[in-house]
Amino acid sequence: MKNEFKILSTTAILGYGFPLESFEAGLAKKPDLIAADAGSTDPGPYYLGSGLSFTDRNAVKRDLKLMLQAGLKHKIPVIIGTAGGSGAEPHLNWCFEIVKEIAAEEKLTFRTALIHAEIDRKTVLAQWEQGNVVPLDPAPPLTEAAINASEHIVGQMGVEPFIEALDLNCELILAGRAYDPSVFAAMPIKLGYDRGLALHLGKILECAAICASPGSGSDCMFGTLAEDWFELQALSPARKCTTVSVAAHTLYEKSNPYLLPGPGGMLDLRACQFSDMGEGRIRVTGSKFVPSAQNTIKLEGARRVGFRTVSIAGTRDPIMIREIDNIIAGVKERVADNYKSENWDYQLNFIVYGRDGVMGKLEPTPDTSQVHELGIIIEAVAETQELSETVCATARSTMLHYGYPGRIATAGNLAFPFSPSDFHAGAVYEFSVYHLLQTDDPLKFFKIETVSLPAA
Amino acid sequence: MKTRLIDIADVIRSKNSGPYELTMDIIFKTVEDFERVWNAGVINEALISQVYQIDPDQILSILAFPPAKAIKITIKRPICSGNIGETDVYGAQQHAPLLSLSFDLNQA
Repeated sequence: MKNEFKILSTTAILGYGFPLESFEAGLAKKPDLIAADAGSTDPGPYYLGSGLSFTDRNAVKRDLKLMLQAGLKHKIPVIIGTAGGSGAEPHLNWCFEIVKEIAAEEKLTFRTALIHAEIDRKTVLAQWEQGNVVPLDPAPPLTEAAINASEHIVGQMGVEPFIEALDLNCELILAGRAYDPSVFAAMPIKLGYDRGLALHLGKILECAAICASPGSGSDCMFGTLAEDWFELQALSPARKCTTVSVAAHTLYEKSNPYLLPGPGGMLDLRACQFSDMGEGRIRVTGSKFVPSAQNTIKLEGARRVGFRTVSIAGTRDPIMIREIDNIIAGVKERVADNYKSENWDYQLNFIVYGRDGVMGKLEPTPDTSQVHELGIIIEAVAETQELSETVCATARSTMLHYGYPGRIATAGNLAFPFSPSDFHAGAVYEFSVYHLLQTDDPLKFFKIETVSLPAA
Repeated sequence: MKTRLIDIADVIRSKNSGPYELTMDIIFKTVEDFERVWNAGVINEALISQVYQIDPDQILSILAFPPAKAIKITIKRPICSGNIGETDVYGAQQHAPLLSLSFDLNQA
């Protein structure tokens, strides 16, 4: 085992960008690995369900090109996880198309190991029937209907598929949905470094410079792993890691900063120490990995629930603002009555900015007595785009001319900033699966293939 | 005299922790203020229930993380992220009611 394993994390999400100066400063430190996480469930269920990426194609291509060129030039492996934002088959293919385009344009010759993460519905159903799929609290129990309705179901791979792929000696590993730290932790774990330290380092590096002060999702971060510690160092003079910025990052987007469950076990950070080594180097010790009795893979799925049309409007009328709750109830009733013979299945919602548009049910002061204007989004979701248009249009025209008590402005109740006033928002998805698959084999559900470029 | 949270905190933020949970972090400027607030027990279930208009059983945890001088609050999301009826897909704007909190720390 060599003394230190060095990792260059380029950006928080592939396609979020990074300054070339930071990247070159990282390369000058001779990293053993260049890696980036390329996805998240944060942007919501639409992207997994639709098979589209929430990241921009040109932006992903820019980041990937720099990483690939540097990796090939300096003979450093490049590893990308959760390709295409959600890591199902269309996302992985989308990202690999970009790789092929870069290879052709830049005349690069290399091999890619593709790790697939989509698990077909039949397989998930069979596992569920055998009792191997358990809820991840507070998600509801899984149903057969939810599995069958899912457009895509992915499993979050741990480090094992990456370790397997590393044996294939490819210059690039491009993986579907992966547990975020895996892309950084797999290679050092394979080389014999401590699993707890490697995963904790990966957990921080997956957000790149977000753990620095000031934080940034579009700047590089450098990680150094040794036998019983790891260190983080920012690469831009504009930011610096501090013990507090690194410790604070351990809180980010997780419920419990001490015990972080993942594939194969739990990261136990209760004994962690954060020390300032000077020159912006923050050293972390004491991270432990505690294997679980049962290995699990987190499953994520999304299903289509309809199509959406929205209309954007506002009101500046104090009497309308005072009556807003009654008006909304009246409009909903009028629309329902208008189509009562049709037996349509639709949902009609009003998001009211100035009242509780941001916080909804969590808003402690849904009070409009002090506001001078309200923003209103009329949202209709129905089983077809056409039907959602109809419901939205009826609600919009009804609200525009609704005769509420005390009305003085009789020409129209709404200010529309745009013509047309209504917008197709397309298919609507919801998360259908967010569960744990119990399996003793961490490799079984993740098929690996290698592709040489340029194609022969 | 009441101490305003916004005066002694460096960071007050909210974010999804997975699509079913919402987590709020309060990171204090000094260890002293972090310890004063945490030891006083003023950030508790009753306060969070009131601030977010939720039943106490919707609160998953309220805990301290001394390495970051932080208090972390995690609650169940009213709905799964992105479900119909959503107002904040990322959960990044649910911190606001915490900004106006103030505590009588001398008494505690």
